[in-house]
This record gives sequence, structure tokens and C-alpha cells, in this order.
Amino acid sequence: MAKQATTKEVLLDPIFNNNPITLQILGICSALAVTSNLNTALVMAIALTLVTAFSNLFIAMIRNQIPSSIRMIVQMVIIASLVIVVDQVLRAYAFSLAKQLSVFVGLIITNCIVMGRAEAFAMQNPPLLSFWDGIGNGLGYSLLLIALGVVRELFGAGKLLGIEILPLVKDGGWYEPNGLLLLPPSAFFLIGLFIWGLRMWKKDQQEPALFKLAPQVKED
Amino acid sequence: MSSNKESTARTLIVALAVSLVASVFVAGSAIYLKPIQEQNRQLDKQRSILAIAGVSGDKLSAQEVRDFFNARIKAEVVDLSTGDIKSDLDPNTFDALKAARDPETSVQLAGSDDIALIKRREQFTTIYRLEAEDGTLEALILPVRGYGLWSTLHGFLALAPDLNTVIGLGFYQHAETPGLGGEVDNPKWKASWSGKTLFDADGKPNIEIVKGGVNPASPDAEHQIDALAGATLTSKGVDHLLQFWLGEQGFGAYLAKLRPQLSPQPSAEGA
Repeated sequence: MAKQATTKEVLLDPIFNNNPITLQILGICSALAVTSNLNTALVMAIALTLVTAFSNLFIAMIRNQIPSSIRMIVQMVIIASLVIVVDQVLRAYAFSLAKQLSVFVGLIITNCIVMGRAEAFAMQNPPLLSFWDGIGNGLGYSLLLIALGVVRELFGAGKLLGIEILPLVKDGGWYEPNGLLLLPPSAFFLIGLFIWGLRMWKKDQQEPALFKLAPQVKED
Repeated sequence: MSSNKESTARTLIVALAVSLVASVFVAGSAIYLKPIQEQNRQLDKQRSILAIAGVSGDKLSAQEVRDFFNARIKAEVVDLSTGDIKSDLDPNTFDALKAARDPETSVQLAGSDDIALIKRREQFTTIYRLEAEDGTLEALILPVRGYGLWSTLHGFLALAPDLNTVIGLGFYQHAETPGLGGEVDNPKWKASWSGKTLFDADGKPNIEIVKGGVNPASPDAEHQIDALAGATLTSKGVDHLLQFWLGEQGFGAYLAKLRPQLSPQPSAEGA
């Protein structure tokens, strides 16, 4: 068995070195959907971090008991229950945010990060370490979500957390907002830029090309 | 140990145990949090009623909303087919949406009647009156709903005391596409409703959502609303649901009964 990871490694690695969004390209769907303003991005980030951490914890606790034939289903049951609890809590204590996030809280169940960490880490590692791994991956996801939320809300609506930063032309200011940033495709472009930036900074994340494109016209 | 772990009996036991624990968790949280969620839903509804009636509901705290609601808003249950007030039903506990699902308390709508695509219409529904301190009507708030593109839009329409001029229209629950049909929540679009008139001189519903902008010079401008960009079906849905709820199948009978009580002569506005 490989050397066991330390708490510090599992906590900090997923932030830049092994970011779930930029390196593993997981959880893109929700990153597009909930980042049009910082508020929803923050709540989503917290919700996903908690779900990943606790699902890792519980799955690691019973990992020696889970028969391998039903391990995926057991993981799903645990994740789904946690997501429902989070959804219920949000509806009770942050009603208007829960309304804005609508289906996306429920869709944490299908977020590949949660399932991926459960299967790849929590099944092999002790509970506490798995818990920190969940927190770490949640933080990596949160970082990207918050960055996207800041860019999109600031330049798309001239606000941060609903507070006006750049006064808009239509309210007598000088800033003409970029409406594209409020639409989901803009997050795609931004994530692409983030990935490019990160891989320029950390060259070891650049991947070798999987295949070489054949020339369009055969050269003799 | 490891062969034992993979046995059928063991698999079943683990599956059962995990399901049991998980369901206790989920059910527990749902039941424990339900009263708070119910309160939130109630508050959200009251807030949207106030906002649509032109009282700035967003700025008020939860307690202020409740106080204002209790002091100034009077809820009444109305029989839609006759237009009479049903004083034997308590508007605070009467649930019109539940009534609409029950064949005993609702009517099936046939194809051409069901322009709002709601399938069943309740017999009785709750309306809200915003009243001045002396009890005169300041705004009448009617619940409306209808199908857009993906979902049923649930909202309120607030009318001025002439029962013709719109104070506001808003939806508190829908699942239209964010950014397109979801723009029914756009404050700018909602503001474009205020001041429009709903009925023509003959008392027929006359309100239309038009594409390409409303020409303010046109004589029909006060009956027209600019459609939502990129959301044809949601716009149509809103158009149809207003036609429905203002028409005979909706609040037609009630408004006809209420009108003479409010103004001695039928108003000639909106011609």
C-alpha cells in the first residue's frame, strides 16, 4: 500500500495541486449554474463541502462492513440522505437562498466530486483523514466557485453580494454590465481561462496530448 | 472474514441497516424542520402579497411583515362561480390549491375553457384586500396561476379600487428557465405592469403581451405589455393565465359583484 497521506496533504492539495474542477474536471455543471452571483455560489460551496466531508466520514467509518457488490448503492444512500438534510436545513433557515438554488442543492447528489471522493479516498482511508479530504476537496471546489461568482457578479451586474460596487449606466453610473457573464456559458469560458492560468503556473499539471491530430490533407 | 463479508446474508443486513439509519436521519430532519419551513413559506407568501400590492415587503423584517399583514390585509374566501363571499370558510386555514386537486371542491376544465392549462379550478379561493384604517379598499389581491413553459406559475395580481388598473403582478413560485422565462421575476418587467388597464369599455378582459415592444403612442398601449425576450411560451402563459382568471371561469363573477359596491357608476376608463 502506498504511503498514507497526511492531514495537511489531503486538506491543501485539492486547492491548487489537485483541484477537483480545474484538474479533475468534475462538478462543472453546478459550477456553471449557481455562480451568476456570489451569494448562491457561497451557499453552494458550503453545502457541497459539508456533504463531501460528512459522506467521506460516514463511508470511511463503515468501509470495512460494506460488501463490495453493493458499495456504490450504499455510498449513494449516504450521500443522498446528507443532501436531503442539507436541503431541509436550507429551506428552514435560508429560505430565499434555497429558492434561488432550487434544484441545484438536490443535484449535489449527482455531483461527481462527492461520489468520486467516496469511491477513490474514503473506501481506503480512515474516517478522520477522509473527513479532511472531503473538506479539502470542498475547499478546492469552493475556491473556483467563489472566483467565478466574484467575476460574474462584479462584471455582469456591477455588484458583490448584492451590494453595488460598479455603478451601472442605467442607474446613472458609468459601468455598462456585460450581460453575457450572467448566462451559464460565460462560466465555461472563465473556467477555461482559470485552467489555462493554473497550468501556466504549475507546469506539471499540463497533460501530454492523448493523440496527435492527423493532417487534414494527406501529405506525400 | 472477507468471504463472510461478501455473503448474501451479510449484504442484506448491511443494506437494511444503512437504509434504516439513513431514513431515520432524513425523516427526522424533515419532521423536525417542517414547522420552520412552513412558517417561511407563509412569510414568503405574505411578503410577495405585500410587494405586489406596492408595499415594499423586502425592507421589512419578518415580524413587521406579519404585523402589517394582520393589521391591514383582510383575507376572504370567495365562491368563484357565484362571486359570493363564503364567510363559513376560514381564509387562514383554507387551502385553495388543495381544493383544486380534490374533485369534490373543484371543477374540471374542458379543452377550450382551460386556456391557462391548470386542468382543474377550485370552487372557492382566497383573495386579499389591502384596506385603509377605515376599511376602504386600497388594493384587491387575487391569486392567479397558469402554465408557462416548464411549470405552473403561481402568483398574485393586485388591482386598484377601480378593479381595472393594475398595481402589480408577480409570481412567488415557478420553475421557468433562469435568465429567460425566469425573468418574470425581473423588477423592471414587473414594474411595466403597474398602471396598465385590464378591461375594455365593455368590461371584457383586454390585456395582451406583445412582442417587439409597446408603442406608447398607440391607443392600446395601456392594455399591452412587452413580452419577455427569448421566452415566448412563458409570456404566452402569463397572457393566458390573466385572460383566464379575469374571465368568467376565473374572477369574472366576483369582480362583477364587487364593482357596483365600489363605484356607483360603471367606470368608463380604459376605452
